[in-house]
Amino acid sequence: MLYVVILFLWIAILLYLVLGGADFGAGILELFTSDKNKDKTRKTMYRAIGPIWEANHMWLIITIVILFVGFPQIYTTMSIYLHIPLLLMLMGIIARGTAFTFRHYDAVKDEMQIVYNKIFVYSSFITPFFLGIIAGSAVTRRIDPNANNFLDAYIFSWLNVFSLAVGLFTVAICGFLAAVFIIGQTPDMTERKRFIRKAKTFNIAAVLAGGLVFIASLYEKIPLLNWVFDNPVGITAFSLATLSVIYLWRIWSTDKTNLMRALAGFQVTMILLITTWKHYPNIILLKGGGYLSLIEERGNDKTIAALGWALLLGSLFILPSLFYLIYSFQKTKEEALRNH
Amino acid sequence: MDDFIAARSQMALSLGFHIIFSCIGMVMPFFMAVSHYLFLKTNEVMYRNITKAWSKGVAIFFATGAVSGTVLSFELGLLWPKFMEHAGPIFGMPFSLEGTAFFIEAIALGFYLYGWDRFNKWFHWFTGVIVGISGLASGILVVAANAWMNNPAGFDFIDGKYLNIDPIKAMFNDAWFSQALHMSIAAFAATGFAVAGVHAFMILKKQNVAFHTKSFRIAAIFGAVAAVLQPLSGDISAKFIAKSQPAKLAAMEAHFHTQKAAPLIIGGIPDIKNEKVDGALRIPGMLSFMVNGDFDSEVKGLDQIPKEDQPPVAVTHYAFQLMVGLGMLMMGIALAFFIALWRKKSWLSQKWLLWLFTLATPLGFIAVEAGWIVTEVGRQPWIIQGIMRTKDAVTPMPGIQYSFYLFSAVYVSLSLIVIFMLYRQIKMVPKIYDIPNNPKM
Ligand code: HDD
Ligand code: HEM
Ligand code: HEM
Repeated sequence: MLYVVILFLWIAILLYLVLGGADFGAGILELFTSDKNKDKTRKTMYRAIGPIWEANHMWLIITIVILFVGFPQIYTTMSIYLHIPLLLMLMGIIARGTAFTFRHYDAVKDEMQIVYNKIFVYSSFITPFFLGIIAGSAVTRRIDPNANNFLDAYIFSWLNVFSLAVGLFTVAICGFLAAVFIIGQTPDMTERKRFIRKAKTFNIAAVLAGGLVFIASLYEKIPLLNWVFDNPVGITAFSLATLSVIYLWRIWSTDKTNLMRALAGFQVTMILLITTWKHYPNIILLKGGGYLSLIEERGNDKTIAALGWALLLGSLFILPSLFYLIYSFQKTKEEALRNH
Repeated sequence: MDDFIAARSQMALSLGFHIIFSCIGMVMPFFMAVSHYLFLKTNEVMYRNITKAWSKGVAIFFATGAVSGTVLSFELGLLWPKFMEHAGPIFGMPFSLEGTAFFIEAIALGFYLYGWDRFNKWFHWFTGVIVGISGLASGILVVAANAWMNNPAGFDFIDGKYLNIDPIKAMFNDAWFSQALHMSIAAFAATGFAVAGVHAFMILKKQNVAFHTKSFRIAAIFGAVAAVLQPLSGDISAKFIAKSQPAKLAAMEAHFHTQKAAPLIIGGIPDIKNEKVDGALRIPGMLSFMVNGDFDSEVKGLDQIPKEDQPPVAVTHYAFQLMVGLGMLMMGIALAFFIALWRKKSWLSQKWLLWLFTLATPLGFIAVEAGWIVTEVGRQPWIIQGIMRTKDAVTPMPGIQYSFYLFSAVYVSLSLIVIFMLYRQIKMVPKIYDIPNNPKM
């Protein structure tokens, strides 16, 4: 059962990154869209993410619940030493979630819309940025349970070049996912071209930010290069991801929009695989060589078993209905496109 | 502000905020489902308009409830890591099931809000019902976690270690039933009165009377039925507390001295130093009767509880009195409403009844907040009753007061925006919802 739980944890993180990422990316795209196109982008995006919007952030909640039920030591260590970035991420989540809803349900459309939009756009940037910082900090070996002053314990645990680079990388990935996702949302060719341009830009940005992460890892003496290149899984995943980027660039001008989405999702999956494979099951690396392992820090067996069953049972209900939700809205949208 | 106080205040603020949105998120879908049902049956456009107007409200509240809940699941660790380290694996079961319920709720809401004219009309209606059922289920489940803190079960506590953990037993702890029952009814009472109050006010202002009369009736019926049941369920809770948490009961009742034929104390100002209550109304033997069903039985007082294990008496007592007082008042209004409904139809359109409901708009939610203060403050100084003290659970990180200020600022502004948006929603009723077949909807 432990492995079922760990698999669910991994998948929940992945889905949050892909689906939630596309969702954050929507706001990031808006930030980088010229004023005259903002409204159109917003409308297209809303049609795309509206129906599944509420479901997206559930992946984050599931991640958290798995951690505190199954691996309490890991949850509490992160809560204590990464308190500040977690707090800032939460502020982003609050601002974003409410602004998104407010701007669509406010009965009067007036200047308040500008306020909601501003909040939505900036918090769409902040949330994945701190999410990336938190993920980066888990492996930088800066979390120090023996720290005896405020700065070492609560600030330098996350404020370092590598974590910041991972934060930027996460933002770029979100923008990329959203841009690829939105291409197939519109039948209008000029619109589509505009989104393809955006997708290209964000893809380049993501590659550059990825490079930055590598440089930062050298600077912070994090063996990132080893994680990628000294094991067959890392090398294979890296090669497949690179090939899929190349392929993606060849099909931009076709109308294989679903394939584009699949490729983008695939790339993110490979990135997560590379970054977690080598040091699995240790998900937090501590200062001085210590670590927190999913295997050693697991809760008692009865709890893990119950959690595993709850997750399996839950997915029996959730997955079919979630797919049906996405499918029905995809279908009605395609019908609308055909009648266009 | 000291870090410990700041952490407690932040937790209380976040929970106090969340509970309002979650109550509405649990109950409003049922109102919607009823008016939607009436629309499908009678084909009266007005009912469709009511359903749509309410569903926008639900969307606003759902989003705010969801983000504040997400924040809570982090805050448990951010503020109380030592608690979560031990409690997580024990009381986590309801949270993992609750996750499923939320997920279903979110998916069903996606179908419902975006599904008008897209699906079979009964399937669409049914997704709305699912929203309500799964919301209610998640509320009931999460209360199991709180009930466990009041009534820890499912582990052995030996030499400071938590052994033989059984998360299923922990979930089915003894306090769950009475707390979940009371909480669920409270959600219906509070939301019913709040929604009915707003519509009653609009009727008084003679705006869109037809629209608001229909809405008022649906909400008021739900609220009134719940308000009549609530004191009964409160009595079950109090009887249970007397057995399981005598310190909490003694604090609620400001019952300082263990005695036979204990009086029920109504009102008054607890004088903690001299262990007495000034200026209160006393009903002899009533407390003994309410707790044990026998006017002469003994009721444990605070004198049997070691000083360091006593909860704050004044806050708990005032909060309890407030809740019970409001409960009685709401029951009274509910009874008047039923008389109007069955015997005196003319009352329904009379000003005094509508004013009564208007003034009662916030009462249910005040009672909910007060009730939670009874439960949580009455458990102090324990975070897990009898096992772990709250002060031993708090995060080691200093400077929590700044985070508390930040949260206060955020929650205050969010509340203001939500109120502002509801105001605009209601103001727009004549323009959007009162026109049959308005294409703008
Ligand atoms: C509409 C709201 C409302 C109303 C009218 C009442 N209550 Fe209540 N009460 C709650 C809303 C509430 C609550 C907020 O939902 C609580 C907090 C924890 C819980 O399970 O329910 C609660 C807790 C609570 C507790 C403590 C439970 C615990 O700590 O486990 C007791 C003993 C009572 N109530 C008793 C009563 C009585 C005797 C009432 C008589 C009129 C009453 N309540 C009306
Ligand atoms: C499942 C539901 C709940 C859980 C798991 C929960 C958990 C907690 C925890 C961990 C604390 C901090 C420790 C403590 O002070 O004992 C706390 C305190 C508090 N909670 Fe709850 N709570 C729940 C529901 C609520 C709700 C809905 C309210 C609404 C107002 C509330 C009001 C408070 C208050 C006022 C405190 C501070 C008590 C004090 O420190 O004196 N709780 N709760
Ligand atoms: C008695 C107390 C509580 C009740 C009755 C309650 C009930 C609910 C309900 C009904 C919702 C759905 C939101 C809506 O429909 O508006 C919700 C959302 C949520 N609650 Fe609570 N809750 C309580 C306390 C807590 C606590 C203590 C936590 C976490 C530790 C929590 C975590 C969440 C989360 C994560 C969500 C968001 C789920 C989503 O996205 O739909 N809740 N709560």
